[in-house]
Amino acid sequence: MKLELRGITKRFGPLVANDHIDLVVEPGEVHALLGENGAGKSTLMNVLFGLYKADEGEIVVDDEPVAFKGPGDALAAGIGMVHQHFMLVPVFTVAENVMLGHEPTRGGGLLDLDAARRTVRELSDRFGFGLDPDAVVEDLPVGVQQRVEIVKALVRDARVLILDEPTAVLTPQETDELIAIMRELKAQGTSIVFITHKLREVKAVADVITVIRRGAVVGSASPDAAETELAAMMVGRAVSLGVDKAPAEPGEETFQVEHLTVRDANGIAVVDDVSFSVARGEILAVAGVQGNGQTELSEAVVGLVPATGSIRLEGRELVGLSPHEILDAGVGFVPEDRTVDGLVLDFTVAENLVLDLHDRKPFARGVALDLGAIRKNARERIEEYDIRTQGPAQEVGRLSGGNQQKVVVARELSRPLKVFVASQPTRGVDVGSIEFLHKRIVAERDNGTPVVIVSTELDEVAALADRIAVMYRGKIVGIVPADTPRAVLGLMMAGAGAEEAREQATETELDQLADEHTHETGAQQ
Amino acid sequence: MLGLLALVLFGLLPAGGRETTFGLSTSSDFVHLGPVTVPSKASAVVLSVLALLAAAYAGWCVSRARRVGRWVTIVFAVLWVLAFLTWAVAGKSTSLVSLLAGSLFLAVPLAFGALGGLIGERAGVVNIAIEGQLLTGAFGAAVFASIVSNAYLGLVAAPVAGLVIGALLALFTVKYHVNQIIVGVVLNVFAVGLTSFLYSSVLKENAATLNSPPRLPTLPIPVLGDIPVIGPVLFRQTLLVYLLYVAIVVGAIALFRTRWGLRVRAVGEYPAAADTVGIDVNRTRWGNVLLGSMVAGLGGAFFTVGSVGAFSQEMTAGKGYIALAAMILGRWSPWGALGAALLFGFSDKLQQVLGVLGTAIPNQFMLMLPYVVTIFAVAGLVGRVRGPAADGVPYVKE
Repeated sequence: MKLELRGITKRFGPLVANDHIDLVVEPGEVHALLGENGAGKSTLMNVLFGLYKADEGEIVVDDEPVAFKGPGDALAAGIGMVHQHFMLVPVFTVAENVMLGHEPTRGGGLLDLDAARRTVRELSDRFGFGLDPDAVVEDLPVGVQQRVEIVKALVRDARVLILDEPTAVLTPQETDELIAIMRELKAQGTSIVFITHKLREVKAVADVITVIRRGAVVGSASPDAAETELAAMMVGRAVSLGVDKAPAEPGEETFQVEHLTVRDANGIAVVDDVSFSVARGEILAVAGVQGNGQTELSEAVVGLVPATGSIRLEGRELVGLSPHEILDAGVGFVPEDRTVDGLVLDFTVAENLVLDLHDRKPFARGVALDLGAIRKNARERIEEYDIRTQGPAQEVGRLSGGNQQKVVVARELSRPLKVFVASQPTRGVDVGSIEFLHKRIVAERDNGTPVVIVSTELDEVAALADRIAVMYRGKIVGIVPADTPRAVLGLMMAGAGAEEAREQATETELDQLADEHTHETGAQQ
Repeated sequence: MLGLLALVLFGLLPAGGRETTFGLSTSSDFVHLGPVTVPSKASAVVLSVLALLAAAYAGWCVSRARRVGRWVTIVFAVLWVLAFLTWAVAGKSTSLVSLLAGSLFLAVPLAFGALGGLIGERAGVVNIAIEGQLLTGAFGAAVFASIVSNAYLGLVAAPVAGLVIGALLALFTVKYHVNQIIVGVVLNVFAVGLTSFLYSSVLKENAATLNSPPRLPTLPIPVLGDIPVIGPVLFRQTLLVYLLYVAIVVGAIALFRTRWGLRVRAVGEYPAAADTVGIDVNRTRWGNVLLGSMVAGLGGAFFTVGSVGAFSQEMTAGKGYIALAAMILGRWSPWGALGAALLFGFSDKLQQVLGVLGTAIPNQFMLMLPYVVTIFAVAGLVGRVRGPAADGVPYVKE
């Protein structure tokens, strides 16, 4: 099936999310839609899938213009979508989720569950998904849930499959499996629209790449194009993907975590007897798949969750102190979700920049705030961090994700720190801002501050880390040097110990990796 | 589970008389069973000890980190109640059949209300307005049945009256995304105000023509109605009770076995997911709120044509809220709702029976019984229940 978008325009109030976008997806091709967060990729696909109504433009399927009133029409036209946030009912079984919306019945509207189970098994076998039709979806790992989503689309005879940021939630191994699935689907004639901002994956699987920036198509590229070239198209200027940083010069180990354990409401240890230490002038990156205790670990450091064990900063015990006392002790903390924990969205930029400093000099005079000092501070930070805002009085909620994150980081780094802990410091941040934030973090390290970065993005871990601690199910499975191969890290993220992972990442895999690497550098030259 | 210590006391405390008599049949029975008379103290002790054993078994399960089967709780509760009855009725006699039949009878509005509520909530709309739907249903049934002098036509008018409240609920919650709890409470107040106004301004003066409905006759079902104990309890009831059987069975099958039910549950759990497979979320919610309000309205007919006949102000007396509790206790399932409604109905009937018998317990405490049972049931027995995930959350699309 050939799918064409002609001049699609979608506005949200004054914001133009899609500006006359043209796109052609040929039968049986993997078409990558590359763009930063907020570039308008997802909006475009929601228009295509009938979830949003386009203000202008038309959708053409096999040279016939079509009008989708809702997702039902898009499905009927052979367009399937795997959403970034899975559209699966958690308490339903796999079969129930797959059949929902076009249920096989046995007369009288009675569900024919057996038929649904058979369909799931057939498709699952054909593509090697290994799905159990009677498993309840909420009990399945995300990688498997994603396959359920794909089956859901395939059952409806989707000939164009839209995958919206499908790898965001996957481990490297699961990502490889997904890429294999995409190749298999393509071989069987399904076209795929692959939305992502990850260059590596695009190059691995795409036939055609369309780059979108600020709601408009800025060009297309072939998968042979160098990563730097793609990144430059995406951002609109040359960006360095790596981080230029001098080798670490670790000093004295001033931040020590010993036998730290955090239990959740059910008494299960989500952080399980974790010990590590970080030296001055060193970045320790905590890698792992989302939900393996990293969040709780970082929150335990600032006293947001109760913990047992010991966290010592320059000899002072932090466990048992309140968050306020811990921040006063010199801990800088960037929380995982800036919109929930890092910022008060309805407050101004200036106010957010002093959230944890408002009660001391120079921002406080007795019980009153010194508004002049707060404004002056805001102007300085905005200048220093290149925060794109209309001014100190603008509400933070109206800034882009990257600028919001700059506000959080600027606030935390604007006071003298003894340790800096950042959780997902660049999640949902555009490539340009990532570059900037990474530089600031490295600068803080070079100031002699111990730095802990929690990140689920291996690219970020590789870019920043001097050492890498990999967490799996609440435990640190190993602390390895920064130059550890991805394949080994991937296996460790799935629970293998460092030694074991190295052995398992067999020579062939490592060779393959080396090949890809030379291929990439070759292409760049 | 520790509350059972108290009931050992029941058994061991000196009871008023030595013998307790349970009537098992009425005089008109085809098969006549003689009343059972048991020595009250001994049997109370035996029953209490058995209940204690059940509790001990549950405790043992817990200590072994095993799940306690539901049947243990049920066995415990039945034994507890029997022990209590034996003690309370000691020295007198009571009819077990009329106790059970009365429980079912009183459970009717609760079960209809709970079923109506869960039909809405399964689709994601909280229906606090059950009380209002019962009340308008009762009103509509009374007035219409009076005008046409036919109790059965009252059963037609009741759902229509409930529908009025349901339509308002759907309009504000589904279409305009107003907070569902607030709209529900307001509609309850509205229903009380409207029916009270109409009652005092119209019905009172024309009571003979507008507020003297015939009552639903008891329709014994041949053969089934002649089964000892069960027959009189289940099959010598009014049409409304038989309709309840049908509604529960149809509701259970429709919700869990049909395409309609799967879609409704998807809408209540994760409306965005339903939307992406082409299900119209808001239309489903409209449909379910309207259907649910009709079911609850039908339950309202119980208060007038189903029992006393004439309508009086605020005659539902909070039954709609107990129905809401029954829905939650029944974990949003029709059979569960029926079970919970029967439990509440039983406690209500028990209170009446014991009030008549005049036991040692002060009357005020007996009047509290249904409400105390409600609190304990919802707080204690339910534990952590999970309602539909999107219950109460309006579905707003870009």
